[in-house]
Amino acid sequence: MSQQNEVLVRMTGIHKYFPGVHALNDVQFELRAGEVHALVGENGAGKSTLMKVLTGIYEKDAGEIEVMGKPVEIRSTKDAQNLGISIVHQELNLLKDLTVAENVYIGRENMNGFLLDKKAQNKRAQEFLDRLNLNIKATQNVGRMTVAKQQMVEIAKALSYENTRILILDEPTAPLSDVEIDELFRFVRDMRSRGVGIIYISHRMGELKQISDRITVMRDGQYVDTVDTATTPIDEIIRMMVGRVIYEQPKTESHVATGAPVVLEVKNLRSRDVRDVSFQLKKGEILGLAGLVGAGRTEVGRLISGADKRDGGEIYVNGKLADIQSPCDAVELGIGYLSEDRRRYGLCLGLSVANNIALTKLDSFTQGIAVNDRQIKSTAREYREKMDIRTPSVDTLVRSLSGGNQQKVVVSKWLVRNCDVLIFDEPTRGIDVGAKSEIYKLMHSLIEEGKSIIMISSEMPELLRMADRILVMCEGEKTGELGIEEATQEKIMALAAPQV
Amino acid sequence: MSVQGVAQAQNVRKLDYQKLLAPAVLVVMYAFFAIFGNNFFSSYTLKTILESAYYTGLMSFGITFVIITGGIDLSIGTNMMCSAIIGGVAFSMWGWPLWLALCLVPLVGVMFGVLNGILVAKAKLPPFIATLGMMLVTQGFGSIVSRVQTQRYPTIGTENEWFKTVFYRTGNFPTGALYLLTAFLIAAFVLNKTRFGRYVYAIGSNEEATRLSGVKVDKFKILAYAVCGLFAGIGGILYAATYTTAIPGTGNGLETYAIAAVIIGGTSMAGGSGTMVGTLIGIFIMAVLKAGLASLGLQAHWQTFFTGIVVIGAVLMDNVRVRAAQKVKVKT
Repeated sequence: MSQQNEVLVRMTGIHKYFPGVHALNDVQFELRAGEVHALVGENGAGKSTLMKVLTGIYEKDAGEIEVMGKPVEIRSTKDAQNLGISIVHQELNLLKDLTVAENVYIGRENMNGFLLDKKAQNKRAQEFLDRLNLNIKATQNVGRMTVAKQQMVEIAKALSYENTRILILDEPTAPLSDVEIDELFRFVRDMRSRGVGIIYISHRMGELKQISDRITVMRDGQYVDTVDTATTPIDEIIRMMVGRVIYEQPKTESHVATGAPVVLEVKNLRSRDVRDVSFQLKKGEILGLAGLVGAGRTEVGRLISGADKRDGGEIYVNGKLADIQSPCDAVELGIGYLSEDRRRYGLCLGLSVANNIALTKLDSFTQGIAVNDRQIKSTAREYREKMDIRTPSVDTLVRSLSGGNQQKVVVSKWLVRNCDVLIFDEPTRGIDVGAKSEIYKLMHSLIEEGKSIIMISSEMPELLRMADRILVMCEGEKTGELGIEEATQEKIMALAAPQV
Repeated sequence: MSVQGVAQAQNVRKLDYQKLLAPAVLVVMYAFFAIFGNNFFSSYTLKTILESAYYTGLMSFGITFVIITGGIDLSIGTNMMCSAIIGGVAFSMWGWPLWLALCLVPLVGVMFGVLNGILVAKAKLPPFIATLGMMLVTQGFGSIVSRVQTQRYPTIGTENEWFKTVFYRTGNFPTGALYLLTAFLIAAFVLNKTRFGRYVYAIGSNEEATRLSGVKVDKFKILAYAVCGLFAGIGGILYAATYTTAIPGTGNGLETYAIAAVIIGGTSMAGGSGTMVGTLIGIFIMAVLKAGLASLGLQAHWQTFFTGIVVIGAVLMDNVRVRAAQKVKVKT
């Protein structure tokens, strides 16, 4: 890419704070006309946040943004649109029952007085699609098209705003097959040659080599470096993504007793998002489940806990084949699942702390036909002490507690049930540093009590610190298993990144 | 900690106001009609108010469970009527003894309740649709079984006159009120004190989280609709005792009053919150309104009109309440 090309976007010294988190710390980014600029980093590195700042979804707390040489303030998505910035999200936002033309010009329909002028609109859309060399009919229903074609419609829609010069593609290839990816890449290169600047977010390392001109790496909310794709080996980029900073002391050896019995075994677990995953969990073990977002880790957790129906595969609990068809079956067998989305899947926000804690084990709090509320409350108070749940009383509604305290309520509810196998899905997401180490301590004490844990996490340092063994998944498949002695961030990343 | 204390104190105070609102409305309404109504302030009117609450009350208690799970049952009015009709058919056309025919009435109610529950919990139909269909089914079923013959229950001066005295009135004593009270106490106990009741709240608050906690959500949802049907069925007996006749093709519309009472009593249509005491107060607000408007010389169509106004007012208040509750945040 020649240096003379016009700079479309220049972001410097960008800071963004969320409660308890410094999400973007002095980040810079530059996009030139006619380049594909890849933005890479681990989950939580700050890529999405940066793009949300650029597209006006979040407002930055500090820093400057210049668009085509002029300093700008982007306060809303409308502002971004007016500046010629368009984003195509990972989840497509098309209306499946409408035609291509209707989707592209939604909100800007061709009118004939009070009536829609469909004919003129179809003609205009077809001309536009032809100009982009897309082999798509304007009158076709979007719902009947392949995902790849739908994606192109989405991109075409973004480009149909006359002034669009800056296009952000967020993981565009995630749902596509190889052939479709080639089709998309041809289109992206075509756009590039027309002078559009493209910001390309992807986890797929191989892809970057094919499509991007430059790569900017982010890590932990900070800018690492910007490099030319052609002259930088992939290993180097992975190294930059992972970083040298290790802020938690990693485990050096497994703490599982030799000869510890297998408490849970999974054989050829299959569903829509999981392909033939097999593994064992030993008593007293923390098994880390690593992978990128969408790798199928949460799905594995949900299948084992009966939250979703599996298409195939066997689950053995303490060596016996278990017929898990519902969460109820799993709970009976002593398997508890702590979802990453506790508000949706973990808590009844409108109920009290005590009632939430008692929910998994209400049978044992029932004498005759009546629920023993005194016992429920005293148990809840016990856990309030033990877990240091900060709440005015156990009768307080869970809705009014903070995130960290809500998480402690979720953990309590499974401890009350005394489950032997606990699946922690992103247990520290959205929790501040202090509460994190409390959760870690708690997990260790659970292990000491003889429980076993599957820990799903996107934070590799956390896994390296906590896990005895790490299983890596990528696109629904198990791509590797690393003992803690041999596991490094680089090795995990290499297994977790899809090879294209 | 002091911040928490203050927040909690405010929280408690707000909740107390909310709890007092419905009873206050009831008292104010009663006082209003006592002052302005014609012959309203009398033991006779009080008895009229009580007697008009029997079958609506039973339906309201039952549907409170369903509404707290986040569902709705539109079929209770016609289910109640259908149950009463089938009991009448068993008595007069099939020649069953009256006591046996009366045992059949709640069973019919439960049956349709269970069907509703299966449609909602297992077939995953939206409760509105499933029970709307069941409303027509029950209405039609009653007509089919009775061959569109009006069913007559025994009245005073006939062979089985005990039916009226046991279920409606003995001399001056409103025996029906005993059933209303007993039904209330049982419903309140089940909702507050049993595992099923606790799950009803949990399901209404967050069904998926409840399921993931290992609760057989489907089973308890079916149970909630079954209980609702049971209460509608028992309501059918009290309806027959009140009016003596059960007419095929009627019954729809009665559910609106039962649902209105629940809403007025502060149960949220969104599910997860509500009380049986609230429902009881809602029932009497409706009953006082009915008797009171009559004492002002306003006829039935006025009653319909004002009932609607009260329902809308109650839901508006519910919205304000929900918004206020969401604003209360404990800082830690």
